[in-house]
Amino acid sequence: MTLRAELELSRGEFALSTTFDVPAGTVLALLGPNGSGKSTVLGCLAGLLRPDRGAVTLGGRALTRTPRVDVPPHRRGVGLLAQDPLLFPHLSVLDNVAFAPRSRGTSRSRSRELARHWLSEVDAAEFAERRPAQLSGGQAQRVALARALAGEPELLLLDEPLAALDVDAAPAIRGLLRRVLRAAGARSARATVLVTHDPLDALALADHVVVLADGGIVERGVTRDVLAAPRTAFTARIAGLNLVTGTAEGGALRTASGGVVSGVPAPDVVDGGPAVAVFSPGSVAVYPGDAAPAGSPRNSATGVVAALEPHGPVVRLRTEDGDDWADGVAADLTPAAVAELALEPGTPVWLSVKAAAVAIHPVGDEIG
Amino acid sequence: MLWIPAGLALALVVLPVAGLLVRTDYARLPALLTSSASLNALRLSLVTAGASTVACVLLGVPLAVVLARATGRGVRVLRAVVLLPLVLPPVVGGLALLFLFGSNGFLGRLLAEVADVRITFTTAAVVLAQTFVAMPFLVVSLEGALRGAGDRYEQVAATLGARPWTVFRRVTLPLLLPALGSGAVLSFARALGEFGATITFAGSLEGVTRTLPLEVYNQAEADVDSAVALALLLIVVAVVVIAVARPKAVEGRT
Amino acid sequence: MKKVLALALAAVLTASACGTSSGEGERTLRVFAAASLTEVFGALEQRFEDDHPGVDVQLNLAGSSRLAQQINEGAPADVFAAADEASMGIVRQTGALTGDPMIFAYNRMTIAVQPGNPKNINYFTDLQRPDLTVVVCAPQVPCGAATQKLQQNTGVVLNPVSEEQDVKAVLNKVAMGEADAGMVYHSDVVSAAGKVEGIEFARSSGAINRYPIAVLAETGQPDLAGAFRDLVFSETGKAELRKAGFGTR
Repeated sequence: MTLRAELELSRGEFALSTTFDVPAGTVLALLGPNGSGKSTVLGCLAGLLRPDRGAVTLGGRALTRTPRVDVPPHRRGVGLLAQDPLLFPHLSVLDNVAFAPRSRGTSRSRSRELARHWLSEVDAAEFAERRPAQLSGGQAQRVALARALAGEPELLLLDEPLAALDVDAAPAIRGLLRRVLRAAGARSARATVLVTHDPLDALALADHVVVLADGGIVERGVTRDVLAAPRTAFTARIAGLNLVTGTAEGGALRTASGGVVSGVPAPDVVDGGPAVAVFSPGSVAVYPGDAAPAGSPRNSATGVVAALEPHGPVVRLRTEDGDDWADGVAADLTPAAVAELALEPGTPVWLSVKAAAVAIHPVGDEIG
Repeated sequence: MLWIPAGLALALVVLPVAGLLVRTDYARLPALLTSSASLNALRLSLVTAGASTVACVLLGVPLAVVLARATGRGVRVLRAVVLLPLVLPPVVGGLALLFLFGSNGFLGRLLAEVADVRITFTTAAVVLAQTFVAMPFLVVSLEGALRGAGDRYEQVAATLGARPWTVFRRVTLPLLLPALGSGAVLSFARALGEFGATITFAGSLEGVTRTLPLEVYNQAEADVDSAVALALLLIVVAVVVIAVARPKAVEGRT
Repeated sequence: MKKVLALALAAVLTASACGTSSGEGERTLRVFAAASLTEVFGALEQRFEDDHPGVDVQLNLAGSSRLAQQINEGAPADVFAAADEASMGIVRQTGALTGDPMIFAYNRMTIAVQPGNPKNINYFTDLQRPDLTVVVCAPQVPCGAATQKLQQNTGVVLNPVSEEQDVKAVLNKVAMGEADAGMVYHSDVVSAAGKVEGIEFARSSGAINRYPIAVLAETGQPDLAGAFRDLVFSETGKAELRKAGFGTR
């Protein structure tokens, strides 16, 4: 079901105005800092908030059309996965997941059957008889995902689903979301909207991204295009990432030209599968001249300074004519360092980045 | 250093009760407690306090939900009004009920004309008075719990396709159970001890309106030993209710 | 800080416990009197303080049996004026009195009805009518005991809707229109000043309350206590009592 949304809403100082489509079977990431209006958009889609003006249609069915149409949340066919799992504490895990089918009038035994299916889809079948209080944060979020999916929503809303998880649990849930969104999404032609402030989430999960700032859209497009080559300084600041494509190989990335980028692989990286290495401009070290830096980190390569531009408190350097992955890479330096190293366009440089600062992600067909 | 005021607080509660235990005439206790006046008062107290607790739950739960969920300026005033019976002297509450339900009161006259029903001096008046003073306890404990929980669980339930009534029945209500349990116990205890509003509004007649506290007061006029014995009975009932029912209510969520 | 708080609390508790002690150079006379004597003894208090400069009369007004209990529990009192001899007897049997109690006033039972007597109640036997809402005092208090005695003497059986703990409660129930009739003392009807009407009935002499007064043995000031008792028996005292609807000797 394709989602179309046109929303206008103001609350005091804050004014929101957005328009976007989410084609059936795809994932749209709403990326933006806190207070940019992401959660407000999600509230309007779920029917928990009412826009001042606007329309939301899902597969041609009007969910909102001001001033007359406002379908209540329980009849929208949406599923919501929030930052906190919000599992009903008085119900077992199984009955939590069976809640949506039960609410639709499905029999108790059939609902439980469905719940077991969705629990196994998220690798949480073993928790079925537990109480939510007996689950870890990551386990609870798995169950919450199963509960949202069990409603078989035509529109799935993910509100910072990884933000409350600790760093150990987040990669596993991110991998799970990838798998579930990809597999089930293609099958049921469901539209998914992901709200996040973390470009990594957008990169891992979304086909398209909309960048929100102060209630308005500043940039939109295919996720990798937007994140790798931001067209606005704002997007660059919050989402400017270095992306290197290639093939996963032994926990590292083999580039098309045969080089290797070492990094930390996501749990769902498959050897030989398409993958991408991601690192922030701030993690790239720059050395002048053509001598290899002392102590040589594993990822180092040569390039030529193509451009230097001020970027908030730092100067962002962009390379050209680079060796292997070092072509078109962004690196952030202090103005003092730029002066000290006498960097200017045309200066040859060595670039290096620590393996620990590089994330290796698998890339699906839709995203690729 | 907390133990000094804590000890004082405990002493303030325990010592008077201990004094009561010391004063009790244990030889006459069985006879005093099994007199028909005592048994009638005990039975009436349990029946009326139970009935008013049910009334508190039936009326107080919706009120607490409305108060916790509503926004706007009027709600603060409304909340203050609901808590009024907590600060009003019970006798004043009894007078207020008399002015409403009495033979010259608006509702009292209406009921007399339409249904030929008199409220004052009846057991119903006792239940009404007890409900009046006990309701705030239920509403306050519930509203606090509701505000603490927020409405996020309800929102999730709605996105899962649950109709508002289903949300209330399957999410709001079960989440409220522990608070509902302790609120109901508090209400029952308050109703059990109710005196001022009852004697003002309902009067005092054995088997009809003379509850345990009224019987204690009545006996104190003539026979202190008998009053002490009855007070002991009242304490035992209250302690049993609080000790037995409360943990159950709290554990109700697992 | 917490210790200071605790000490302060203790100090407050102690101070309030001793709150009845009088100021320097002033003597206090504690008079325990039946609630029905409120108006009379209020006037006599004023009179006594005028006649005895430096003396503060403190009135403790409550139901007679409650006052008797308070005295027996050790409440400091100099004079006790009760509404019935039974209450005085409770104190007397513990040997707490100096001399014998003396009867200073009489009060007879009256039927209190709403002004204008809308239910047309004229005799004690009328109170048996099923259409009437009747309120009486509980048998444990003097006005209830008197009512019970009346029923025994007359053979009339009342079916009250409530047995109140004191006569003022009965009076209020009638004054507010909740009850059609109530059994009260004649003095209560007088003090209600028009809010109720009193129906005198022939057999009321069968239940006359006699008001005894006595000086307590515990008193540290028998002279002052005696002077107050004398004031009650004086012409001034009798005038006040009669004004309030009591009978005197």
